[in-house]
Order: sequence, then structure tokens, then C-alpha cells
Amino acid sequence: MSTMPHPPPDDNRRDFFKKTSAIVAGGILAAAPPLAGVPMILDPLRRKSDAGAFVRVAALAALPNDGVPRKFAVLADRRDAWNKFPRTPVGAVYLRRTPEGRIEALNVVCPHAGCFIDFLAAKPGYFCPCHNSAFALDGSIADAKSPSARGMDSLEVEVRNETEIWVRYQNFEAGKKEKIPLA
Amino acid sequence: MKALLDWFDHRTGARKLLHEALFENIPGGARWRYVWGSMLTFAFSVQVITGLLLWTSYNPSSTTAWESVYYIQHELWGGWFLRGVHHYTAQFMTLLLVLHLMQVVIDGAYKAPREMNFWFGLILFKLVLALSLTGYLLPWDQKGFWATKVATNIAGITPVIGPSLQKLIIGGTDYGHQTLSRFFALHAGILPLLIGLLIVGHIYLFRRHGITAKQPLRKRDAAFWPDQVLKDGVACLALMAAVLFLVIRTRGGELGAPADPTEPFSAARPEWYFLFLFQLLKYFPGTTEIIGAIILPGLAATVVFLMPFIARWRLGHTFNVCFLFMLLGIAGLLTGLALRQDGRDPLFLASEKDAEAQAQRVVELAQSPTGIPPTGAVNLLRNDPLTQGPKIFAKNCASCHRYGGHDGLGHEPTDPPSAPDLKGIGTRAWISGFLDPQKIVSSNYFGGSRHKDGKMAGFVQKKVSQYSNEQRDQLTKVIAALSAEANLESQKELDARESGLIEDGRKWLRSELGCTDCHQFRVKDEDATAPDLTGYGSKDWLVRFISNPAHPDFYGKKNDRMPRYADDGVLTEAQISMVADWLRGEWFRPLAER
Repeated sequence: MSTMPHPPPDDNRRDFFKKTSAIVAGGILAAAPPLAGVPMILDPLRRKSDAGAFVRVAALAALPNDGVPRKFAVLADRRDAWNKFPRTPVGAVYLRRTPEGRIEALNVVCPHAGCFIDFLAAKPGYFCPCHNSAFALDGSIADAKSPSARGMDSLEVEVRNETEIWVRYQNFEAGKKEKIPLA
Repeated sequence: MKALLDWFDHRTGARKLLHEALFENIPGGARWRYVWGSMLTFAFSVQVITGLLLWTSYNPSSTTAWESVYYIQHELWGGWFLRGVHHYTAQFMTLLLVLHLMQVVIDGAYKAPREMNFWFGLILFKLVLALSLTGYLLPWDQKGFWATKVATNIAGITPVIGPSLQKLIIGGTDYGHQTLSRFFALHAGILPLLIGLLIVGHIYLFRRHGITAKQPLRKRDAAFWPDQVLKDGVACLALMAAVLFLVIRTRGGELGAPADPTEPFSAARPEWYFLFLFQLLKYFPGTTEIIGAIILPGLAATVVFLMPFIARWRLGHTFNVCFLFMLLGIAGLLTGLALRQDGRDPLFLASEKDAEAQAQRVVELAQSPTGIPPTGAVNLLRNDPLTQGPKIFAKNCASCHRYGGHDGLGHEPTDPPSAPDLKGIGTRAWISGFLDPQKIVSSNYFGGSRHKDGKMAGFVQKKVSQYSNEQRDQLTKVIAALSAEANLESQKELDARESGLIEDGRKWLRSELGCTDCHQFRVKDEDATAPDLTGYGSKDWLVRFISNPAHPDFYGKKNDRMPRYADDGVLTEAQISMVADWLRGEWFRPLAER
């Protein structure tokens, strides 16, 4: 391989111009291709979740009076990038009748790190198998050592036409003490 | 800062490496003719970067490939731009490969001791072409699908291994998920990896033997840095500008309608740089195809491969240069011929226009509230009345009927019409024409059918022609009432506005004008002898009519030649529904059009 020493000093000024231009050109050429993709990569930031609407979850008759929570799938129209899925499962909720006769809905997603919370009938209570968060029947933290920063996320419930249970289905930011809806 | 750089250099030897990279000697100084290699390297890195970025949204399967490219092109922020850069840089790469090869051959840079490097270059050339070929399929649009089918079928005629080779490439006997996965693995993984390794080898060998300077040397020797680097940089900037110009002018790469093996696609053509091979095939009919597809291109490639050896003879170099120019000349000529033949072929032009219309339509449908179903966007066009209606009509109805004077697709059948022109069926204008004594036996209505001598034609010609002004007024109301039965979207507002008049019309229809003497209208009438006017021209009425025109609710025994499309299994329910929607002018329209 043959290499050359630095150019003679009389060319210095012209050389400086060339070097600067070459560096500028190189900089543009190196930066432009990745930049071309930046907007596309950032696109998800401008998209909003379309969750947060009331969804019919179950018939009132499907929820027994014993106060034991039952799990129900939530079906909703879902847009997944380019596809539209009409009435498809998007999540699940625990429904229960309180001793006062109200209906309570809890999102099955653990507010700690997003795992699926089990209902243990023997206890009775909720238990997250991932990091052992334990919750009481009403969703509040049952164990002082629970890793979850807040209790289970309750959801708004409406009984419509006296026969249908509607739930405002939403997910919330995990790991925080406050309940902040995912937008 | 200096200490940090020293520390870094001590551990990596970066300074020496950089010095070696930049201070390569160029005999005779920097020249523009040496830029091609650097431009190709730049183009390749652009492809790697934009390709990886596109990968973040692309999804290779036969129900998601087109859909994800659509998403990139039409939904994601700047997706069209990124895809456009990838698309056009690919085109330029092919062009640059040819220019680089020309420069190497003309300057004699392929001769000993640089044979190995020349061959590296030729392999790189082939690999880049393979990259283009595999990339062409990935959007899974009609064009890519059919062009790839042709290319892989050509691979299939290779002696002995052909059929197995084809099966391996497409991942089975049918084109589908596996074809896309395999092509994507080749396009985004295997080929770029090979190209990257070969480029390293290519540059290593190039540095080992040094640049082949163009004689005579015009200036004194100079280092690669900064003179040649600047020239290379300017050339790459020019390439970038050209790419940007094309991307912005065309709003990114083209995306056709989704691949559909059941839809004919006469506009199938390979990318422009393969057109010469496509044209060459036309001259080798039947089983001689292998000559044009494999033997001739293979021979040409072999001669190019052997160029370093040929150059050892006295006139070898001259031969090589002439041979290369001849090859390019033939390729250019064949490309020109292909373009000229297509440009003069009405079938191709019509098909290209149709392809554009479909590509635009499917985007409208994808953006409609129903969106793309999980079964894929191909079903959007398959279930679209605007797309399928005219085709079904042309094939099944246009031998007797017309649609605005043509067969639905814009062609005029050779035989004269022998049944009504159905454009606007159910509208007030259409019914007015039907009840016009001058028009009922014209070729637009009953002129060509047996019904021209029937009771209805007689009634219109004898009675309606004698109507008093008062009766004419009643007739106008009857027309409005009958047209309201069709429940047309296009007349919805008018019908609502004139509900009183329509109500009057219904009354006249039952009484004065005597329609119900022969027809049923909203009341069951066992003695009716003519088609039921209840819901006349509505979707349900049309579907039932087309399904079985000989049903007692319609023409019964008086049915004139019209087949029982559903009852005889000629058309499916879905097809009849689409043709009915299309005849009624009811299909999805984007907001801007409404």
C-alpha cells in the first residue's frame, strides 16, 4: 500500500477550503439517510389510544349475587396499525356485586408491571403471580409488602336498560401511585 | 482533549488506520471518473439505513405485506418519503453499477493483477440485481407479484434443478406467506450481509493494488484526502439531490393494488432495468425460451467474467471494450423496443390505467370507516361494487343490456343491445324515459326485447301518449312515487323533500293510472301478471329480480331470455349484490367526493 506525506505548505489555504467542504459534505451524507426515517419512527407519539369508551361487557343476569368476582372479556372495535378488527377481545375485567348491591369493575391488569392478576377463590382475594402483589376483594392493596404502588384499577360501571353491564374500559400507566389513563 | 485522543489512539491505533484510509496515493491526482465506487458504497449504506428503518413497520406475509406498506406509504408520518428514498436509491444503484463497470473496463482496471477484484465486482453486481428482484416483490402488489411470478418461473426452466430451485425460492408450489418470508430474509438479511462482506473484500483488494490511474496523468500525484474525498462527496450529494427530486415529485414509490392471483394483470412488467431481458424473451417462442432466458444472458456474463484473460491478447482490451458497449447497446435497444411496443399497445395502456384506478380505489377503501379487514386488503377490491360491478356486468349482462351505452367497462359490444340500458335504473329520469311513448321501444328500453310488443309498451304508446295535462301531472307523481321505492342514496334528499308528492303518486298508481291492473304494489295480488312494483329498483328488489326474473313476482312465464342468475348458479349472492349496488350507484365514496 502506498501512502503519501502531507501536501506541500503552499497549498495550505486551498487545502483548508477543500477539507472543510469535504467534512461538511461527509456530514450531510452521513446524517441524511437516518434523518429520513426519524418522522416515521416518531409516529407512534402522535397517535392517541381510542380506549376510554363505555363497552357492554356482560348481561346483568350473568353476574351471580354471591359477591364473588367473575372474569369477563371486553370486546371492542380495535384498530391495530392498518387492520380494523370489529368487536374483538381487547382485555378483561373482574366484575363483582358488593354487599350493598352495587357492581364493581376492576381491570385485570396489575398496576405494578402489567401482568394478569389471578383471583384466588380460596383466600378470597386477588394475587398477581409475577411479583406477588396481593389485593383485597375491593381491589385495595392487601399486603403492606406488596410491590404494587396502588390498588387494582377500578373502572366506571353503568347498568343500562336494567339488563346490561357497561364498563368504561381503560388501561393505566403501570408502576405509579396515581391512576393515569394511557392516552 | 488531546490526552483523551492519545489514550484512544494508544488503545485502538485509530490514527494510523485513518491515515491509511485517507492518504492513499492517487497517481495523476483526483478525478471525477473515480467517483463511482464511492457513490455505490454511499448508495448501499443509504439502502441499509432506510431499509432497516422501513423494517420497523414492514410485515412480510400475504395478508400483511401490502397492508403494512400501505400503512407506511399513506398513514405513517413521512413514511412515503422514507420509502421513496429507498425505492429511488435502488434504481440509481443499478445505473451506478453499469457506470462503475464501464469505467473499470474502459480504464483497464480489470486486468492483471486485479482479476480477483474485478470478479468481486461482478458478483456484487449480480447480488445487487438480486436485491432489486427480491425487493420488488415485498410490497405484494399486483406488479411485484406478477413480475416475480415470471422471474421465478424463468428460474424454473433451468435444466435439471429448475423445478426444485423454483420451489425452494418461493417456499412451495404456491406464492404466499413463505414466498414473502423467504424473499424478505434474502432481501433484508442474506443478500445485504453478503454484499457488505464482498464490499470489504472489494475495497481491500482495491487498496492492495492501488487505483488504476487514467493515462496520461494530467496532474501531479495527490492523496485521497481531501481532493478525491471532496469529489466523491459532491458526487454523492448530487445523487442525493436526484433521489430527493424524484421522491418529492412522485410522492414516493408507487404502490399498486394488492396482489390477487385471480385478477388478470396485463400491465405486469419487471423494473425498467430488467426490461431488456423481458423483451428478449419475446423472440424465443415455445421451448426455445431457455435460449433467451438463460443461455444468452449466461454467455454474455461468461464473456464479461473472462475479460481479464481476453485482455492478455493483443486486441483483447479493445475487444472487451467493444463487447461491453455492444451489450449495453443491445440492452438499450431492447429496452427501447419494449417501451415502444407497450406505448403503442392499447391493451397494455388500458390495463395500466386500470391498474392505476385500482391502486387509487383500494387506498380509498382502506381509508374508509370499515378499514382493512384482518383477511387483507385484497378483499376490499373483491367486495367493492365499484370495482367488481362493471366486470360482472360486462361478463354476464352486457350481451343484452348496456350501461350508459357501453358494457360497463367502456367497451361497446359488437351486437346491438336487446334489453334495457340499466344506467340509472330506478331513478326518476330512468323511469320517465321508460314511460315516455317515444322512448319505451327504443333500444334504451324495450326496443330489442320481446316486451316491445307486450302490454306495457302498448299501454305507454297508446294510452300515455293520449294523456291530458292533468293525467301527465299524475304520471309525474307516479314516477316520483315509483322512484322512491328504489330508496336510492342519490335521491334521498329529494324524496324526503317531496314526500307529499310521492304520497299522491302512490295513490294515483293504485287508482287512476291503473298500474295495479297488472302489477302488484304493496298489497299481495295473486292475479298480478307483471313485475311487482313494491320496492321497485331497491337493492332487495334488484337482487331478487336478477336471482330469478322468471319468479311469479317478476316476469313469470313472460321472462324474455334473462337467465336465473342465482337459481341456476351463474352468479353468487355476493356477485349479484355487488352488481345491484353498482347499478344503483351505491358504493363507498371518500368524504372529499361526497
